[in-house]
Amino acid sequence: MTNPADLTLAKLRDALKAKEITSLEATDAYLGRIEKAKALNAYVTVTADKARDMAKASDAKLAKGEGGPLEGVPLGIKDLFCTEDVLTTAGSHILDGFKPRYESTVTSQLWRDGGVMLGKLNMDEFAMGSSNETSFYGNVVNPWRRSDGGNTDLTPGGSSGGSSASVSARLCAAATATDTGGSIRQPASLTNTVGVKPTYGRVSRWGVVAFASSLDQAGPIAQDVRDAAIMLKSMAGHDPKDSTSVDRPVPDYEAVLGQSLKGLKIGVPKEYRVDGMPEEIEKLWADGIAWMKDAGCEIVDISLPMTKYALPVYYIVAPAEASSNLARYDGVKYGLRAKEYTDITSMYEETRAEGFGDEVKRRILIGTYVLSAGYYDAYYLRAQKVRKRIFDEFTDAFSKVDLILTPAAPSAAFALGEKMNDPVQMYLNDVFTVTANLAGLPGASVPAGYDRQGLPLGLQLLAKPFDEETMFKGMFALEQAAGANKRPNEWWA
Amino acid sequence: MSIDKETVRKVAKLARIAEPEQRLEPLANELSGILGWIEQLNEVDVEGVEAMASAVDVKLPMREDALQDGPTGGGQADNVVANAPKTEDNFFVVPKVVE
Repeated sequence: MTNPADLTLAKLRDALKAKEITSLEATDAYLGRIEKAKALNAYVTVTADKARDMAKASDAKLAKGEGGPLEGVPLGIKDLFCTEDVLTTAGSHILDGFKPRYESTVTSQLWRDGGVMLGKLNMDEFAMGSSNETSFYGNVVNPWRRSDGGNTDLTPGGSSGGSSASVSARLCAAATATDTGGSIRQPASLTNTVGVKPTYGRVSRWGVVAFASSLDQAGPIAQDVRDAAIMLKSMAGHDPKDSTSVDRPVPDYEAVLGQSLKGLKIGVPKEYRVDGMPEEIEKLWADGIAWMKDAGCEIVDISLPMTKYALPVYYIVAPAEASSNLARYDGVKYGLRAKEYTDITSMYEETRAEGFGDEVKRRILIGTYVLSAGYYDAYYLRAQKVRKRIFDEFTDAFSKVDLILTPAAPSAAFALGEKMNDPVQMYLNDVFTVTANLAGLPGASVPAGYDRQGLPLGLQLLAKPFDEETMFKGMFALEQAAGANKRPNEWWA
Repeated sequence: MSIDKETVRKVAKLARIAEPEQRLEPLANELSGILGWIEQLNEVDVEGVEAMASAVDVKLPMREDALQDGPTGGGQADNVVANAPKTEDNFFVVPKVVE
């Protein structure tokens, strides 16, 4: 039997269609790998029985020569997506025991297309974090380790750390993830995986636990660019249940892979540098520029001077929206209710004190503060205006270029615990990714090389709104040129 | 701008999060650190710039004013209360709020 861990999603899909392997075999193989990888803590819930039932149903279809584009392919689902009758935690204590009575649009489309659910993936609490250390269910550990022989546990990035670690360690063929400030692209960069944040409105947010509604967007983390294209096609599409979902046809992203990049203009923004950025990242960026040139692109120097203000804007807008969205966790409708309280107000206060972790509380307090009387204009309104300037700056840049090439993250994977005591240092992880969320643009991280410790580094491509096709063309060219397709040593198995 | 212990107490009350007395001072320091870093936005000229709330430039779609089918439709009180910590006859049960 073929070892499914050695197959990309695309190859597994083809092997399933050619009946070289059954979905049940692939599913059992992945369940076996998950069982041996407890040290990574990538899954909050493994739905083994459900997975086998779904696999058997897929095998019945495949045997008849039927089935959808993902028929029989085992997938991991970030625990932010509501899954019917399956525990959905958002990485938080406050959602204890929450089993949604409905399925999110994204996951229902994956099951419509034949996907098999292996389980729910660990994540930062309510997607607030860049290292997967704020989860109530514990840290996720990066499958990658430094080549110095030390056994330091590293972060898989966040907030989609369970998604990045599980794809990197082959604990699923591909995973869903979400990105509010970089939560798909930064973890992908730290784990040698491909992460795609689509244009805001491309993928339905219905049934995805809300963090910051004007920034949240779901997308895939996958083994390679082709797999990401296949996943996005199934995840994307108009949904009347999400009023910000945009009604446009979903292109076949896989079909554009390998198309010529000749004549495309690639913008290189000089502001995408930070103090203390390792020189390997500078070099990798220069390599990326050379690869795009070799592919026939024209390189255009551009300037995005508002870049440095994007994170401060984000840390007003996102907490403000979060403080409103998370008001629903009050001990009444779902999840946790504190045991001891005196009246209804103290029930709310004690439930939320017990149910939320420190980072979530910090952000709710910031959000409440910036929206409170007397501060709204100075903080929230000003942030929305600076956001508009960032948006305008990108609109202007994209009148001159087709894609923008930058590093995906300012460093390789760092040690768990290293940045937990300094919130601002932790926030700086998203310095290159957060602009795309504020402007609503599509962005992707592609594995491009390794640092001197052998740790993966990614490059980011940004594209015009709803031009994921050009982005995928560029991603494929980068992937081909970089050839950064190593896998981590399986020290955990 | 730095925020003091009393402001944290007030904001925590607004946010309905019980913060123990000994957490107020450390929280004031943490939040002041973050807000201090955010202050750099004051350097940006926003004169005449319109505030942006969403990246999608579309009007909110209107739907027919009719009961929907499926999970957003009506007639499923049992589903609505299925995850509540305490219910009775499809009502949420909370501590007494009127005397």
